[in-house]
Amino acid sequence: MTVQLRTRIRTFVRVAGAGIITLVFVFPIYWLFMISFKTPEEIYSFPPKWYPGSLSFDTYAVLFRDGDAVTVWNSLVVAGTSTIIAMFLGTICAYSLARFRTGGEHLANWIISQRMIPPIAVVFPIFLLFVWLHLVDTYLGIIVLYTAFNLPYVIWMMRGYILDIPKALEESALVDGCTRWQVIWKVVFPMCRAGLFATAIFTFVFAWNDFLFALVLTRTEATTYTVQITHYFGGQSNFWAKISAMSVLGTLPIFIAVAFMQRYLVRGISLGAVKG
Amino acid sequence: MAARAAFAERNFKYLLVGPAIFVLLLIGIFPLLYLLMVSFQGITMTETSTDFVGGRNYAQLFEDARMWEALLHTVIFTAIALPIELLLGLAMAQLFLDRIPGRQIFIALLVLPVVVSPIVSGATWALLFDHRFGPINQVIGWITGNSSAILWTINPNLVYPAIIAAEVWQWTPFMFLLLLAALANVDKSQLEAAAIDGAGWWRTFFKIVLPAIWPVMAIAILIRGLDLFRLFDIVWALTKGGPGTKTETISIFTYVKGFQQFETSYTAAVAFLVIILLSIVVMLALKRVELAR
Repeated sequence: MTVQLRTRIRTFVRVAGAGIITLVFVFPIYWLFMISFKTPEEIYSFPPKWYPGSLSFDTYAVLFRDGDAVTVWNSLVVAGTSTIIAMFLGTICAYSLARFRTGGEHLANWIISQRMIPPIAVVFPIFLLFVWLHLVDTYLGIIVLYTAFNLPYVIWMMRGYILDIPKALEESALVDGCTRWQVIWKVVFPMCRAGLFATAIFTFVFAWNDFLFALVLTRTEATTYTVQITHYFGGQSNFWAKISAMSVLGTLPIFIAVAFMQRYLVRGISLGAVKG
Repeated sequence: MAARAAFAERNFKYLLVGPAIFVLLLIGIFPLLYLLMVSFQGITMTETSTDFVGGRNYAQLFEDARMWEALLHTVIFTAIALPIELLLGLAMAQLFLDRIPGRQIFIALLVLPVVVSPIVSGATWALLFDHRFGPINQVIGWITGNSSAILWTINPNLVYPAIIAAEVWQWTPFMFLLLLAALANVDKSQLEAAAIDGAGWWRTFFKIVLPAIWPVMAIAILIRGLDLFRLFDIVWALTKGGPGTKTETISIFTYVKGFQQFETSYTAAVAFLVIILLSIVVMLALKRVELAR
């Protein structure tokens, strides 16, 4: 009886501890989201209230009316397009690395080391190049950059997923008269469908969340939502309602996408080193 | 025809690698060479001549106190934030290791900060730290009994804790997730054997658990260390490197020099130095850490 009671108390303490820690980590997100539903008077009232008086969507209405929300669309276009291109080029490259050991370990290591170069060092010469090519503030320019920046990640991750697939299936497909391309399309892609999907989501998130590249390479036409948020920081005061509402527009889609990706989260963020 | 087919078959693997390598070289190697060239010229906002000036920009690097301070700030941020994230993440992973009610929901909520854009997380903490309308000062006010109006993002003594708080909030869950996966894979029979032998918790941890989770831990440290070295977004949202240049990281310094002061050639030299420094770190780290399987 006493042993049972002790385990019960221990479990309770653990759950309480876990709950408090979770609360601490979720609170900032709650605060960010909550501010966007407050009216300006509520935001600038002192002392601050911890919940909105009524659910006000005025700030969102303003963002859509003034056209600021188009920056979310810009983010979608550049992140989406670059993800599709990077996934295609990266996966076929990964297949070659995994199956034919093309370039051996050296090529694979060089590719992953490309990911570790700090963006600020890369973006500077790219900027000078893009000025010359008239690619600054265009979808094309930033899509090319995101594609290149995410390629090492895609190649690295997909190489891991393809190595997990048994080789025998591909060999029997070849014996049955499939061409190499058909093997990739009809055997390899379907077999690593989950890995493809998870990798695509992370690739998308990296591009979607980027700030520095977009800050340097966009002006007015191709501005992404992350850059738009910083436009609301003023010298004297910040436009908290807009900062908050724009952040929600940019963050909510990511939360939904990642909710479907829980199983692959650990593998995705650890560059495939931990299979989770 | 047959010969052509054989040729295609033999080169198929290169055909697959080709486009990706082309893009990587275009964005990886070409800019690097261009950077190197520009760094030996003398281009600034007012000077457009592309004459070579020798190693002047590199000589200037060594005398630029602001650049070395930015490098130092970056190292300080890394040296403080990384251990906190690691230890906190490890403690949390230990707590969540056993089956407790609601575990899956807790974990699903805990990972949210990891996928938030760093600029959004910086903005979020700017909201929280707001001296008048933020909840942090309000809570401090409740505890001390006086209304508190601490200037978290302006006071030179408090900007570091503020930035590190945002950084730790966003990335501790990253450490937590990786270490939780690693802890779950520790051999149970070894733990039981240690318990039978009467080994204490610390002894078990250092002799069995730590060696078992070390490969994952090393990768987590490597990934986060490299991320911290290029710290930009969170600092930009909270202080823009201020007050003065107090929280300027090497990334912010490079941005300011290149895109606000237009010291093109000098920035190229700075960027090149950063690439060299980091390449050395990455090479050393990759030798020790087994990323490839």
